[in-house]
Amino acid sequence: MATEHGTETGFETEQEYVETEDGTRRRLAFVDRFPEAARTARICLWIAFAAFGVGALFGLIQALHRTNTLRIIPSSDYYTILTGHGVLLALVFTTFGIAGLFHWANTRSLGVSPTSRRLTQGWLWTMSIGTLLAAGTIVGGLFDWIPASADVLYTFYAPLEAHPLFYIGAALLIVGSWGAGLDWFLQYREWRSHNPDARIPLQSFMVMTTMLMWYLSSAGVAIEVVFFLIPWSLGLISQVDPLLTRTLFWYFGHPVVYFWLLPAYVVWYTVLPKLAGGRLFSDPLARVTFVLFLLLSTPVGFHHQYTDPGIASGYKLVAMTNTFFLLLPSLLTLFTVVASMEHGARQQGAKGYLAWLKDLPWERPEFSGVALAGIMFAAGGFSGMINAGMNINYLIHNTIWVPGHFHLTVGTAYALTLMAIAYWLVPQLTGKRLQFRGMAAIQPFVWFVGMVLMSNAMHRGGLAGIPRRTAEPQYDQVTFDAVVGTVGEMRIQIAIGGTLLFVGAMMFLAVMAGTWALGKPNSQLRVNGSIPEPLSGAEESPRVLDNLKLWTAIAIALVLLAYGIPLYDMVADGILWPGSVPFPE
Amino acid sequence: MHVHRFERLWFGVSLVLIVAFIGTIIYGAVGPGIAMVDDSGGTVEPSVIADGNYEQTNNFREPGVYDTEDGVEVYVIARQYFFQPGTTEPIRVPAGEPISFHVTSPDVTHGFNLAGTNVNTMVIPGQVAEFSVTFEETGEHGIVCHEYCGSGHHTMEGQVVVVEQSEFEGGEN
Ligand code: HEM
Ligand SMILES: [Cu+2]
Ligand SMILES: [Cu+2]
Repeated sequence: MATEHGTETGFETEQEYVETEDGTRRRLAFVDRFPEAARTARICLWIAFAAFGVGALFGLIQALHRTNTLRIIPSSDYYTILTGHGVLLALVFTTFGIAGLFHWANTRSLGVSPTSRRLTQGWLWTMSIGTLLAAGTIVGGLFDWIPASADVLYTFYAPLEAHPLFYIGAALLIVGSWGAGLDWFLQYREWRSHNPDARIPLQSFMVMTTMLMWYLSSAGVAIEVVFFLIPWSLGLISQVDPLLTRTLFWYFGHPVVYFWLLPAYVVWYTVLPKLAGGRLFSDPLARVTFVLFLLLSTPVGFHHQYTDPGIASGYKLVAMTNTFFLLLPSLLTLFTVVASMEHGARQQGAKGYLAWLKDLPWERPEFSGVALAGIMFAAGGFSGMINAGMNINYLIHNTIWVPGHFHLTVGTAYALTLMAIAYWLVPQLTGKRLQFRGMAAIQPFVWFVGMVLMSNAMHRGGLAGIPRRTAEPQYDQVTFDAVVGTVGEMRIQIAIGGTLLFVGAMMFLAVMAGTWALGKPNSQLRVNGSIPEPLSGAEESPRVLDNLKLWTAIAIALVLLAYGIPLYDMVADGILWPGSVPFPE
Repeated sequence: MHVHRFERLWFGVSLVLIVAFIGTIIYGAVGPGIAMVDDSGGTVEPSVIADGNYEQTNNFREPGVYDTEDGVEVYVIARQYFFQPGTTEPIRVPAGEPISFHVTSPDVTHGFNLAGTNVNTMVIPGQVAEFSVTFEETGEHGIVCHEYCGSGHHTMEGQVVVVEQSEFEGGEN
């Protein structure tokens, strides 16, 4: 972190204590310095965790239903549950979790409180109301007496139609997140007015580059929803072009995965080295990584449409090339993360070529969870390279391989990182000690084992051609030939893995609920929020890295190059043509 | 800016890796000519398909298998919740020659995947997915709709039956 500029007033000095009521002294925590910001971050995290709990229950139902292990719903309701799972986990758990984490990170690293209470309240309410509307319409699909439903899955491809309130809710969630971004940029402006020449503190730099990427990419889905799906579902326009709306969705659909992932990267770069007992290897390379994500995350969406008709191969090829270059920042991250952990272990006296690995603090859940998330992400990155290959993709597109892949990325790299960091962060946001530490210590391993079982079986099932998104993967006219293992054994692994994951989720929630209910406020915390200086600091990097306007301009130019002509092609024959009326009619 | 020696090495290796990936795939796509779906099938008004007015289009014929001068052409409609042809009667095609498929939808988005193979396309209303496949061996392939298309999605399936050239009786042309 750029503490040398004196603005990063974390808890670097052990002298920063507060007096408590009983006369003892304790270390100053984030909640003491920024009570308002801590409260906002807490609310975001509680909503995220609630969505996570319900989503995990739905995940369990799916895993057991699909494998014919236990069925508590009719197969026609499976898709309502699956819509809930996708929306609650991939949209709500992520967006709120990220908001909570970024609110903390930006405030901590700038050392400046959020500037406007009204703004904060505004985005928090907007996101919450949006969530309630979307979740309410989905649940409506389970009950005949509720007139609304949204059985459209979290990708809501037209012409399948949801109740207008579902689209309005989704739009509010996204607009709310834009407000959160504004909150953080205003904090930065405030900080800048006192620090005209300083380098942007690293965490704040990461928050802002991520949000710039988010503004650029979520504009696509906002246009899809506000200009097409809402008026169409209200009957104001009679038809929409399914290919155009789908393309707008995927314009957003790839960058959104980096929106999920970059918060994990923030933790891996800035907190993990400390948890391993060391410090970040290189601040400049961390900045380079985030700039690359800002530039390359968006002009790649066509790689989700390799098998779509109506899109020329050339555009798909451009997207593929960009996608492979997007590997670069992740490969760089792999290096930094491993190097920082090794450095940490050696600082603590570890020796040997690989023996240092076992000297890492695996018994501490905040470390083990983040490290296991990183390991799973490496595996997910590998299967992602297969997805990205334009021709190999044809083998696995829309098979269960795909959920096998993204449960490693968003479902573990993001989800497990957030859970693990909560063990470290929630005490600092509440002033309460973590409760049930024994349960917390094994929880990351439970998740890890569950995910190894579920994900490997899903990958192999995909190679056999078993489709995703289906309640009954047994067909009269189709046989699935397993390439490795047997279909029956895969089912068992998915069922057991899914159950372990659910247990892992409940263990996490029990620790959080216990901490919230049983922890005493104003406790002497076991964790401290100080983050040591990187081995090579920001001052060694060129200043142009901090020129966010420049990078945004280049990012926009790349998007125009990748999407300008294809989108023009699609709208040239009429913006609503060839068009579809809503289904069910 | 100081970059550690190992890190520079890693950076270099990563770049080589990436370029090699792209190279292999472009070679794989252009060289052996793996069939991929693009915009060659053209567009069609979904309501025209729904009403069966195929003569109003110039890129989609009545569903069926046609033995034409340009080879075997298969026209398939994917709809809630069956393939036509494919579900009630299998799609019969000859082995050893390129078969050209044209698939579209009159209602919602579907998928068309021969399970376990790379014959895989989305079926999007308004677009005709066109691709060519050569089956080297005779036998049966299951067709799965792999995109959620409504509450009966899991019942949407069909079959392609590949027969010897001599047993193939093409439809009208
Ligand atoms: C208790 C843990 C979990 C279990 C047992 C579980 C199980 C499953 C299963 C079996 C599917 C496939 C359903 C199908 O295609 O038919 C699925 C889909 C999915 N899961 Fe999970 N999951 C869990 C956690 C998560 C987490 C933490 C995330 C993200 C943060 C996540 C995101 C998704 C998404 C986005 C889909 C795809 C939905 C769709 O196709 O529309 N899951 N999950
Ligand atoms: Cu993607
Ligand atoms: Cu379907």
